[in-house]
Amino acid sequence: MSTLLNPSSETRLRGGLKVLTDRFSVAELAQASKQLLLPMVGILIFLGVWHLAAPQVNTSLGTFPGPVQVWEQSGQLWQEHLNQRERADKFVTMQEERNARILAEDPNAKVRIRGYPGAPTFLDQVVTSLVTVMAGFLLATAIAVPLGIVLGLNRHLQAAINPLIQIFKPVSPLAWLPLVTMVVSATYVSDDPMFEKSFLTSMITVTLCSLWPTLINTGVGVAAVNPDLLNVSRVLQLSFWTHVRKVVLPSSIPIIFTGLRVSLGIAWMVLIAAEMLAQSPGLGKFVWDEFQNGSSQSLSRIMAAVLAIGFIGFVLDRIMLVIQKKIAWNE
Amino acid sequence: MTKPHLELTGVEMAFDTPKGSFVALDNINLKIKKGEFVSLIGHSGCGKSTVLNIVAGLLQASKGGCILDGHEINAPGPERAVVFQNHALMPWLTVYENVDLAVQQVFRKAMTKQERRSWIHHNLELVNMAHAANKRPGEISGGMAQRVGIARALAMKPSVLLMDEPFGALDALTRAHLQDSLMSIQQDLNNTVIMITHDVDEAVLLSDRIIMMTNGPAAAVGEDLAINLERPRNRVTLADDPTYVHYRQEVLKFLYEKQRKLENIAPHRNKKATGTTSKHSALTAKT
Ligand SMILES: Nc1ncnc2c1ncn2[C@@H]1O[C@H](COP(=O)(O)OP(=O)(O)OP(=O)(O)O)[C@@H](O)[C@H]1O
Ligand SMILES: [Mg+2]
Repeated sequence: MSTLLNPSSETRLRGGLKVLTDRFSVAELAQASKQLLLPMVGILIFLGVWHLAAPQVNTSLGTFPGPVQVWEQSGQLWQEHLNQRERADKFVTMQEERNARILAEDPNAKVRIRGYPGAPTFLDQVVTSLVTVMAGFLLATAIAVPLGIVLGLNRHLQAAINPLIQIFKPVSPLAWLPLVTMVVSATYVSDDPMFEKSFLTSMITVTLCSLWPTLINTGVGVAAVNPDLLNVSRVLQLSFWTHVRKVVLPSSIPIIFTGLRVSLGIAWMVLIAAEMLAQSPGLGKFVWDEFQNGSSQSLSRIMAAVLAIGFIGFVLDRIMLVIQKKIAWNE
Repeated sequence: MTKPHLELTGVEMAFDTPKGSFVALDNINLKIKKGEFVSLIGHSGCGKSTVLNIVAGLLQASKGGCILDGHEINAPGPERAVVFQNHALMPWLTVYENVDLAVQQVFRKAMTKQERRSWIHHNLELVNMAHAANKRPGEISGGMAQRVGIARALAMKPSVLLMDEPFGALDALTRAHLQDSLMSIQQDLNNTVIMITHDVDEAVLLSDRIIMMTNGPAAAVGEDLAINLERPRNRVTLADDPTYVHYRQEVLKFLYEKQRKLENIAPHRNKKATGTTSKHSALTAKT
């Protein structure tokens, strides 16, 4: 703080915060200001610059939206969601009433229960995206961690697989997508599909792009277990599974988690791109549909989606951090 | 006596290095009786840890071999517990869990859960670490971690206890305390002990025999000194004991002369004692 404020303003600040300083020590206050105040200042400055700069940018859909318009549109999106929910609830109750009437007349009659046919709202798309990214990320983890352990334990296998990892790692989701789409269409044939094809396509694309950091980190972590600890394991004659469970895995958990966090970040980024390109439900499709819509509010709504995407990505990373602190021993 | 408990015959150890083969040990022969306390002493890098690792089964000798109770040693096993040079505790387990890992592995069938728990606490108390049972290795000092490493090894009830400079990282008081505990534990359990040390006093006080190794490369057994002192031994009364002082000087002479001339280490008896004070007795050369 002292580097930011000159002495006189600092004393003024001290006076103003007299009540607070009585309760908290100066060190605590400085800590709190670093954690809360400075980020707030950063965000405010950003909003200010955005507000001033946005009207200067003219597009065919009007000027670029400022924070106020985006905020209004966010409220609008929320309201649309509430309205849609209300209609859906009405639809369901009406359907139930009708079915009850039919059943009362003829208990053997076959009643149909249909889902509400309305278009998904912004929040529905958020939920779809979250489900897809979680499914893709979990599948990636389920593949990458065991495979990474095997590679880390076996140097020969590692040497054989390493070039493949290096080649596939930098592939963009856009390159995978057509292939995944075609393979899913050709192989996932079922009369009563459990998953939508579009869901599978996005999920598999997410998996293919996000598993590499976890795979690499797991391999590195497993190969780097302290040799003394390996010797302890040998002296104790731990079985292979006990060795993996009690020595190898705990030892590499911190570095695996670093990989998982990178993977989840990539998964979220890839998902939006995949949804846009594949026209599969989710935030990416929302953005694309708004873009195609081209109404005067589209840019504000897209900007709201952009902010939501960023915020969700941030929250996902925080959640991983919390889990990491719970599980990893070096935190 | 006709059949030794532990026998090393013609052990040679050559490491493959980028610059070609490096012969660390050349023709090591040793016969160790059941319940004997043997110290390995020698300058840093001469190959003491290598000998210990071969007995532990962690390293395979390039030539010759090692026989324990009539069976050739080819792999590590819990009956040859190792106290490693730097504690080697799992950093993610508490002190208690570290010992538990070993106890579970060795006594899963022989002991009930309750028995295992009291056995772990008993061993932690032996090294004065019961108070820190729930701490992680990162939260205790290096000396404390080393004590837990000793407790872990003792808890395995090994027939041979292999210790690589177990007290090297400890302060003098703790070290003295642990040396005394080790002596009484070893007398109770009568297990065979091979201990690497740099401390001449420690070697003489604890050992039945001191194996002095020549400098590497191609290190061999330079001198094999039997320590015939009554047990139990008391460090205070032994300090002025002429036999004790004599043994100490024997060891110092070996190390001292070796350090000066690498070739001529014939066991020539020079009655004139090398004037050393106890200050010099502990070689502090360590890696
Ligand atoms: N894996 C290895 N590869 C190559 N050389 C090795 C290897 N392990 C040990 N050496 C060499 O063998 C020699 C003996 O090593 P060792 O660790 O047994 O010495 P030490 O007597 O235990 O030393 P210190 O007292 O410092 O622990 C050293 O010169 C060392 O460099
Ligand atoms: Mg050593």
